[in-house]
Amino acid sequence: MPDAVGPAAKFITVTVNGRPVTLPEGSTVAAAMMNANVPCRISESGEPRGPLCGMGICFECRALVDGVPHRRTCQVVCQAGMTVETQG
Amino acid sequence: MKRTFDIVVVGAGPAGLAAATAAARAGRRVAVIDENARVGGQIWRAGVGKPHASSARDRAIAEFDASGAELFAGREVVDAGAPRELRAWIDAAQKRETFAFVQLIVATGARERFLPFPGWTLPGVFGAGGLQALMRSGYSVRGKRVVVAGTGPLLLAVAAHLKQDGAQIVSINEQAPMGRLAKFGAGLLLRPAKIFQGVGLRAALAGIPYRTGCWPIDAEGSERLTAVRLSNGRRIWAERCDLLACGFHLTPNTELAALLGCAIDEGVVQVDSNQQTSIAGIYCAGESTGVAGVDSAMLQGEIAGLAAAGLRQKATRLYSKRDAEGAFGRAMNRAFALRHEVLSLAKPDTIVCRCEDVTFSELQAQASPHSGWTDAKLQTRCGMGSCQGRVCGQSLEAIFGWRNRSIRPPLFPIPVAAMCSAPLNENEDSIPVSQETSR
Repeated sequence: MPDAVGPAAKFITVTVNGRPVTLPEGSTVAAAMMNANVPCRISESGEPRGPLCGMGICFECRALVDGVPHRRTCQVVCQAGMTVETQG
Repeated sequence: MKRTFDIVVVGAGPAGLAAATAAARAGRRVAVIDENARVGGQIWRAGVGKPHASSARDRAIAEFDASGAELFAGREVVDAGAPRELRAWIDAAQKRETFAFVQLIVATGARERFLPFPGWTLPGVFGAGGLQALMRSGYSVRGKRVVVAGTGPLLLAVAAHLKQDGAQIVSINEQAPMGRLAKFGAGLLLRPAKIFQGVGLRAALAGIPYRTGCWPIDAEGSERLTAVRLSNGRRIWAERCDLLACGFHLTPNTELAALLGCAIDEGVVQVDSNQQTSIAGIYCAGESTGVAGVDSAMLQGEIAGLAAAGLRQKATRLYSKRDAEGAFGRAMNRAFALRHEVLSLAKPDTIVCRCEDVTFSELQAQASPHSGWTDAKLQTRCGMGSCQGRVCGQSLEAIFGWRNRSIRPPLFPIPVAAMCSAPLNENEDSIPVSQETSR
């Protein structure tokens, strides 16, 4: 069975909540956070939340990307060395 | 600086690409604006490091590339600004741009419809198309146990793709009853190409339970999803899983058309035989005119592109095929209509508005014969968060019949500074996203 990622894919590393996460080049920040098993944001009432729609509509995947809050991580492609944090 | 075109197309999915290709081939100067980094829209979203296996997609993109139409990717249309102008926001560069046009083609597609049920806010619960999109964006589902639930043809495609990528599909649960699906299936007998798609999926999904007349009751877990409870109306059972992929068919994206003042009825943009909306010079093609699938979207797009370019005679040749696809779409939407049980899954403490954490009981308190979406917003903040009601608005329309009629700019939240920046120098220092680098 082929994987989502072809054998020729290059990998890059980003930092998610202080820990390195390596994933295929072209992946989104949402994917990095999900692969790291961390929530993207903490809701108004304190619930951990992750992506729902995967296409930039629901805003559940908002997180801090390189210090900028409210980035929709499902729409942001990972760059090597990027720092991502769960948005409190 | 402002960019000026004969025709601007919003959306680079099947409809938008077909529209742009037809118009550019007719010699018009055409721009296509899309929020994603790459063309294809949602249905033709390519996987990370893996080509999308679809000859229709490859052909459409190759024709678009050769047509001379210009692509502006990674931009979201946020405002109309002046007449015959659109303002776009480039999130990656935090910059604004203006596009002026003579004619506009709106091809904004559809999104998944979500319905609230207990536990649907737990990490691990996704839309069905949502999980597929995330998987194609680098999320590894290998070894994960996935329950697929909700309604619509998308469930089967999503399950097949998840399985291909190493997920273990526990079950597929379609809320529509078998009788209705069988009737729709009989209609498919007249359409060999579509049957082939179905047969291919069936083979890929051999051995996975596909249940009709079943729906999710709640999702269980404390910090993460651990199990889903399902019902067939007679009994309730639990299935352990890591992920739940749950979507209730699709709903048209009509926000931009509404902002421009185009007539919308029953949630779909109204168009004439040439795909022109109630406003002269503004066309709409694809799922925004009613969910009918990719073949319909491509035909509508081509008709809109030809008509906008002045080739109306050529467009008329496509009418009958387009109308047949429309009839298919209407039959499909009848087959996958929501049963009343899935509209009453939310419990009093179930969060309905995920942005503002508004519960079902807070909203129920607003439900009276005279109330509506606006009252609910003012009293509870429902729909006033970042998604601007894109998720909960569809749920509440299905549950209470409330419809959001007030669409105001910006269509997506952008920094206040971006709205205030001087329009004359807005493109200075902007990072150009060229066609080559953005695909």
